[in-house]
Amino acid sequence: MTITQLEIQLIAVVVAMACALPGVFLILRRMGMLSDAISHSILLGIVLAFFITHDLTSPFLIIAATLTGVLTVSLVELLHRTRLVRQDAAIGLIFPFLFSIGVILVSRYGANIHLDTDSVLLGELAFAPFNRMVIFGWDIGPRSLYLMGGILLLNVLFIIFFFKELKLATFDSGLASALGFFPSLLHYGLMTIISITAVGAFDAVGSILVVALMIGPPVSAYLLTDRLAILLLLSALIGAVASILGYWLAHLLDASIAGSIAVMIGLIFLLVYLVAPDRGILAVVRRRHRQRIEFALEMLLVHLLNHEGLPEAASECHINHLTEHFHWEESFAQKVIRRAEREEFLGRREELLLLTDSGRERAQKSLLK
Amino acid sequence: MWEFLQNLFLDYTLRTVTLGSAVLGIVSGALGSFAVLRKQSLLGDAISHAALPGIALAFLITGSKTSLILITGAAIAGWLATLFVISITRTTRIKTDSALGLILSVFFGSGLVLLTFIQRQPYATKAGLEKFLFGQAAALLQSDLITMSVLSTIIIFLVFVFWKEFKIFSFDPDFTASLGFSVHVLDILITSLLVIAIVIGLQTVGVVLMSAMVVAPAAAARQWSDRLGVMVILSSLFGAMAGVGGAIISSLTPRLPTGPTIVLGISAIVFFSILLAPNRGLVWRWVAEQKNRHQLQLEAVLSDLYILARQHQDLEHGHPIEVLRTMSIGHGGVDRTLKELKSMGWVDRKSDGNWILTPRGWEQARQMAERGAITE
Repeated sequence: MTITQLEIQLIAVVVAMACALPGVFLILRRMGMLSDAISHSILLGIVLAFFITHDLTSPFLIIAATLTGVLTVSLVELLHRTRLVRQDAAIGLIFPFLFSIGVILVSRYGANIHLDTDSVLLGELAFAPFNRMVIFGWDIGPRSLYLMGGILLLNVLFIIFFFKELKLATFDSGLASALGFFPSLLHYGLMTIISITAVGAFDAVGSILVVALMIGPPVSAYLLTDRLAILLLLSALIGAVASILGYWLAHLLDASIAGSIAVMIGLIFLLVYLVAPDRGILAVVRRRHRQRIEFALEMLLVHLLNHEGLPEAASECHINHLTEHFHWEESFAQKVIRRAEREEFLGRREELLLLTDSGRERAQKSLLK
Repeated sequence: MWEFLQNLFLDYTLRTVTLGSAVLGIVSGALGSFAVLRKQSLLGDAISHAALPGIALAFLITGSKTSLILITGAAIAGWLATLFVISITRTTRIKTDSALGLILSVFFGSGLVLLTFIQRQPYATKAGLEKFLFGQAAALLQSDLITMSVLSTIIIFLVFVFWKEFKIFSFDPDFTASLGFSVHVLDILITSLLVIAIVIGLQTVGVVLMSAMVVAPAAAARQWSDRLGVMVILSSLFGAMAGVGGAIISSLTPRLPTGPTIVLGISAIVFFSILLAPNRGLVWRWVAEQKNRHQLQLEAVLSDLYILARQHQDLEHGHPIEVLRTMSIGHGGVDRTLKELKSMGWVDRKSDGNWILTPRGWEQARQMAERGAITE
């Protein structure tokens, strides 16, 4: 592994963690698509600021782009508040508009500067290490590593300082405002953080991957835990793992790094979606199956208890009666009976099903439930 | 102008571009109406981004850039993405917005991987797939146009056939189910039509901005009418206007990408509609509000005079303006209102400068009191 490869991976990991942390609050507040809106419309801010400063490394670019991100959120809210369009439609109206202006400016006037729409939209992580941070003539590493490191630190500090407030405002904004926490102020704080992160990450990975990094890891972690602190840590971890795996996938395929990281995020989500304990598809299917058998078993025992020792018992408790009475498939009936026999709830006399003592007890218990 | 019109009919590129953009606007406008009404505005965003890997994969497998093949690939990918979004939101606690963002970015990312992969392959025909990012109307061919038109005709025909079903389904799915329609089948049908409507436009507008063509025409049309039929037709019209205008301007201007130009056009239409649409528009609402406020001021002063007259048991007893001002503190504009009431003949000014109700004003105020509009 060369030093450049190491640097690329390091940048990718830092970007991923910086994005995943505020992303957790986005998905919890049902504002996932705002990341899409912000990451697109900051292009306009970057372009406008660039026309003024003519310097792609100017900090003014980051400030202008962050302001555009916050402006996007405010415009969406303004439009939504007229009650003429729904919030999702407002998002779908505002960001294509701002993004279009940005793209047109770049294509019209950006021809002789190296700012083109492809790199803006797609990013190129492979070029990130070429832009060095030089202090007093010393090369101390890639510039974007420092930039994103700073943003990551900012995000961590923001979340640590306002953890209680963010938690409350996210899960019960009514209570938060009743207690005097200004949820709307916190909302804009969070949106500023998201915008800064998107601006920083956008340069390295492009606007679409920002969305993947902000939403993918938190959504995967969301299927694994119920605790906010663990959710945050797990999201950062998943983001980091996806970046490293994504980098090597890109290396293997000789393809876009940003795209490969997004693919890895998708694969990790798919894995979690399938096998997560409790919330994964497999766990849910298994649980449903178990509950179905469990329920059928209780039905059977109660049915037998009802007719036990009565004249009709000969027909009602007959093994062939079950398919008719409960509308069970033959194989399912067999399965339930085998289960009941294994747990010694019933015995069989020829074709007749008879409750054991423990079976009777169990049936009475489920009747009382 | 004449030259331009002549070009429109004779020039191959210009004609193809114009017709293609018109078709795109009509179809996305019509299907977008249903999407917006069903609160699925952002599904279009996910579908159009998700189409990218489909396009790339279709090219990788067939090596052809025929629009029908690419559109088929795009439609399959877009459809799969929708399926993923629906199954994620149905089976887990993940909300729609997160599911959309996740699927959109992961599909688009895999499309990028495939695109860069294609770029490094030694194909001679590989160029041109990037135009799907922002669209390039000028590159439309006659054959593309034919494919688009045939698919659009099928879509519009199906919307026409299932009009009644789509209508009740968009507004009240539960009621639809209770009438015995299969909500599931309708959902799949209407979503599939949306997917096709979106992929038809990708070549012109591009995957990044196609979502705007789903939301914006419908959002604009919604302001002008409360009737679904009118809304769908208006929406198609707006879409076609923006499409044709944007495509022509961008093909006549160097270095002006088509997608963004069309989006700016449709955004202007939305802006105009939100401000000026009758009844719902912001300007309209503001005017109505002013009118109401004015009416309330008139009634307030009239009722004050009525109350005073009743207290004094004398219609001829005048009241100084200061009293009226004190009574309507917070309303303001008493002088102006009195002047206006006088011109209507409801109040009069006595020679000592005090104000009284005229018999007509008294009658008017009495009617108001009967309505319960005056409380003493």
